[in-house]
Amino acid sequence: MRALDRKVLRDLRGIWAQCLAIAMVLACGVMVMVLSTGTQRSLTETRDAFYERHRFADVFAGATRAPRGLLSEIAAIDGVAQVEARIVFTAMVDLEGMVEPASARVISLPALGGPALNLPLLRTGRLPDPLQPDEVALSEPFAQANGLRPGDRFRAVLNGRLRELVVTGHLLSPEYIYTLGPAAMMPDDRHFGLIWMREPAAAAATDLDGAFNDLTLSLSRGAHEAAVIAAVDRLLAPYGGTGAHGRDRQMSHVFIEGELSQLGAMARVLPPIFLVVSAFLVNMVLGRLIALERRQIGLLKAIGYPTRTIVIHYLKMTIGIGLAGTLIGWGMGWWLGHGMTALYTEYFRFPWLDYRPGAAPMIISGLAAMGAVVLGAMRAVSAAVRLAPAVAMAPPAPPVYRRGWADALGYRLGLRQTTMMIVRSLTRWPGRAAVTLFGVAGSVAVLVASFVTFDIIDLVMEDIFDRTNRQHATLILHQPVKEQAELAALSLPGVLHAEGVYAAPVRVRHGQASKLVSLMAQDPDADLTRLLDPEGHPIPLPDSGVALPESLAAYLGLMPGDQVEVELLAPPRRPWNVTVTRVFRQSMGQDILMRRDTFFALMNETPQINMLHLAVDTSSLPALQTRIKQTPAITGFTLWADVRASMEATMNESLITMTIIFSGLGMLITIGVVYNAARIQLAERAHELASLRVLGFRRAEVGYVLIAEQMLLTLVAVPVGWLLGYWFAILMTQGFSTDIISLPMVISRSTYAQAALTALATAFVSVLMVRRRLDRIDIVTALKQKE
Amino acid sequence: MKTMARARTPVLSTEAITKVYRSGPVAVHALAGVSVSLFEAEVVVLLGASGSGKSTLLNILGGLDQPTSGRVMFRDQDLSAVEDAALTEFRRKHVGFVFQFYNLVPSLTARENVALVTEIAGNPMPPEEALDRVGLSGRMDHFPSELSGGEQQRVAIARAIAKRPDILLCDEPTGALDSKTGITVLEALIGVNRDLGTTTALITHNAEIRRIADRVIYMADGRITKVEENSAPIAPSEVSW
Ligand SMILES: Nc1ncnc2c1ncn2[C@@H]1O[C@H](COP(=O)(O)OP(=O)(O)O)[C@@H](O)[C@H]1O
Ligand SMILES: [Mg+2]
Repeated sequence: MRALDRKVLRDLRGIWAQCLAIAMVLACGVMVMVLSTGTQRSLTETRDAFYERHRFADVFAGATRAPRGLLSEIAAIDGVAQVEARIVFTAMVDLEGMVEPASARVISLPALGGPALNLPLLRTGRLPDPLQPDEVALSEPFAQANGLRPGDRFRAVLNGRLRELVVTGHLLSPEYIYTLGPAAMMPDDRHFGLIWMREPAAAAATDLDGAFNDLTLSLSRGAHEAAVIAAVDRLLAPYGGTGAHGRDRQMSHVFIEGELSQLGAMARVLPPIFLVVSAFLVNMVLGRLIALERRQIGLLKAIGYPTRTIVIHYLKMTIGIGLAGTLIGWGMGWWLGHGMTALYTEYFRFPWLDYRPGAAPMIISGLAAMGAVVLGAMRAVSAAVRLAPAVAMAPPAPPVYRRGWADALGYRLGLRQTTMMIVRSLTRWPGRAAVTLFGVAGSVAVLVASFVTFDIIDLVMEDIFDRTNRQHATLILHQPVKEQAELAALSLPGVLHAEGVYAAPVRVRHGQASKLVSLMAQDPDADLTRLLDPEGHPIPLPDSGVALPESLAAYLGLMPGDQVEVELLAPPRRPWNVTVTRVFRQSMGQDILMRRDTFFALMNETPQINMLHLAVDTSSLPALQTRIKQTPAITGFTLWADVRASMEATMNESLITMTIIFSGLGMLITIGVVYNAARIQLAERAHELASLRVLGFRRAEVGYVLIAEQMLLTLVAVPVGWLLGYWFAILMTQGFSTDIISLPMVISRSTYAQAALTALATAFVSVLMVRRRLDRIDIVTALKQKE
Repeated sequence: MKTMARARTPVLSTEAITKVYRSGPVAVHALAGVSVSLFEAEVVVLLGASGSGKSTLLNILGGLDQPTSGRVMFRDQDLSAVEDAALTEFRRKHVGFVFQFYNLVPSLTARENVALVTEIAGNPMPPEEALDRVGLSGRMDHFPSELSGGEQQRVAIARAIAKRPDILLCDEPTGALDSKTGITVLEALIGVNRDLGTTTALITHNAEIRRIADRVIYMADGRITKVEENSAPIAPSEVSW
């Protein structure tokens, strides 16, 4: 037994590089599992604990002005556990030393004590004093980004009046783990934050004494959410209810869910590739080793070693590979998991977020890795088990080649004999070729899926910023005003062109499916914001009817010509049946569009606007910003250049990191597969290749036989990998698409080309590492060793 | 004609070559000062006990190996002073090898094994002609695994002569064959020598075979002990063993 153990170590020493290559491929699978499921678990557990301890609500609703007296009726709805009525509104904030205006969502706190639901977590300072109407608490990220500490003062426009407010403390809320400002696509803590204010102050600022405009509920166990939502809608309808919804429409929650589902997709798609490739590699390398050692196996059997001992002997090698892969994978996964979690804390503001994968991902990935290698070894080892000692002792029959389809092809093409050697080797060992093919194809696919992010992001950015939203700035008005405000806006400093929009919350319904979205009523000749057809060409707003984004039309099962019910969730709050006249390419959000005159004709009212898109002479921007801060009628200001910059910064940081990691994973598969295949080739054909040298073939010519075979396989694998990569990319865009941003599926030629070139270059380097060994082979010695 | 050709122009010669193999503290002197010449168009047989240095000498003559000291001259070229790449070119252009274990490429047919060499040679004969010379025109499209040992060895000879080499070096070409088959292989070698005037050196264990040679070189312990001229070489078919 001890002698056999020594043999395991010696065998491993001979092929350590091959074993390491397999272990690395395996480690990638383990790593992705530990990284994705571990991060998923950390995120879920942290979120759930935060939700529970801070009583995150289940149902959310808005209204224009609902009397507090309604609350007892709402609380009496079957299934409602707790009710919290608040006043929520948007305010412009004027910060010291910041030219551009910031905005904030103001949320009321009960007149005394803390709220029953969505409890904010006090990080520093204290809650505002009920008797001090100027005291407010700020969301921690906003306060930190702007250097506002307890005791500091800042100015905000509340209900048309510029007020000075005092900071009492910093808060975090389960409702705003992920915070997006109006018309923003990325969290921007400098320009958007949350302000908590005692209710009397908030009511005074909004003229909502004795009333509320925001409602959150928690449900009792077993409650029927849809029924509660319907009941709440009924009760709030007379008071301008804007439609109740569950957590599935709660912004922060939706983003976290999206992230979790991406992690889930990653855990499902990637590890199987790595595990399957590792299993095949183990089979290939061990099969070759056993074929080489058949005489030794025969000898061991002949001198009385039981078959079990021999099986265990070879399994030990396998387990060595499995252990190494698992340990490396755990290490990498642990390390990257910490990195990824740290990245999350920049967007998701949890009071704490540690990477705590728990034991499960470790155990599961370890078992999967071991399972894969043992399964891969089984076939090879069973060949050793079946060997009868007498047969094993005889020299192996020389490889038998037969004429086949390849010959005719070879003659037709006038292939050189060295090329024929390659063709015959491929047709003689199709299984081995298939492993390389499958492995490299998987690698190309991973590369395509990782490079494609850049194509998609480019297209999204182009769609959003260059084709759809060409305005420099967007103003959100305190309340709807007459259309003539478009003209008034031209008198603001630097404004070259202004286009008004009336935005209203609506519920669109078709059959059983319905969704809460915004309706944008625009000028028919709007030029700053445009519609795109599915191919990305600008199209005019239809003269009548409503235009829906693709994803919404698909969700509701609607086609142009169909009727859709559009229920306005603002006064006069009534439904209309409108014809869908256009389906357009979605870039951001799921806004539906109509001509403003058509819309207000439906309502039988004079057209109004509550939003303004501006084209601005950028040199006058500071003057414009200063003016907007002093204009109480404006409650929101978005500078699109900032939106774009922050989006690009985020993309660059997280996407490039992810792309590097995934490209690395993709390349590792190619290295593992090609290096091993070439090593086996070399070992089996050293004699043959040495005899070519004797015949006067140059090193490069002999190297060609080794290199060209692997490169040919890689080349054939490329289109297969493209197909597989296309499929991966579809899975990925589906996983990443949310109601806010729907990712288009585009793969540029350069992505295909880059993936192919990366795989080819990696394969080439891998086989060159083996070629070095070929060059070191001593001809005379190689010829003496007759296999 | 043969005597004329043997007007003593050496094709290949060595001057006091030694070959020392070192493994740790032990040094094996495989060749201990060998000076020998191979002349135009002659057949030389190398005889000697196992381990006497015959293969080592042949490998150095054929540019497969370099001597530890001494010179190897191919016509005017000093082979002991050149790089590996130049030795490769020397083998490619001028030398044909035949070994005891045929060293055919198993994935190529007989014809293709020969074509392997003709494709990279300057003035080769067609593979079919080479195979015809060794009496294998009927088995050209067979793979090595489908040929007998003697047939495989004759493919190896066809492959070695197809490029019309200046020198043909054979290391125990009949070593793995029975006598009858061995004779057909020897006939193929002698036929090539006679028709193409290829200088041929042949290692054997079998003393009887020396009778087909123009000269016989005896080796023992890495030295040449005796050189015999044979004024009347016999045909391989007359050899009996
Ligand atoms: N690569 C090598 N390493 C060490 N010793 C060697 C090597 N090749 C040959 N020898 C030794 O050199 C001597 C001559 O070998 P060789 O030329 O093969 O003899 P022959 O062909 O006459 O049987 C032998 O003693 C042999 O053991
Ligand atoms: Mg020998």
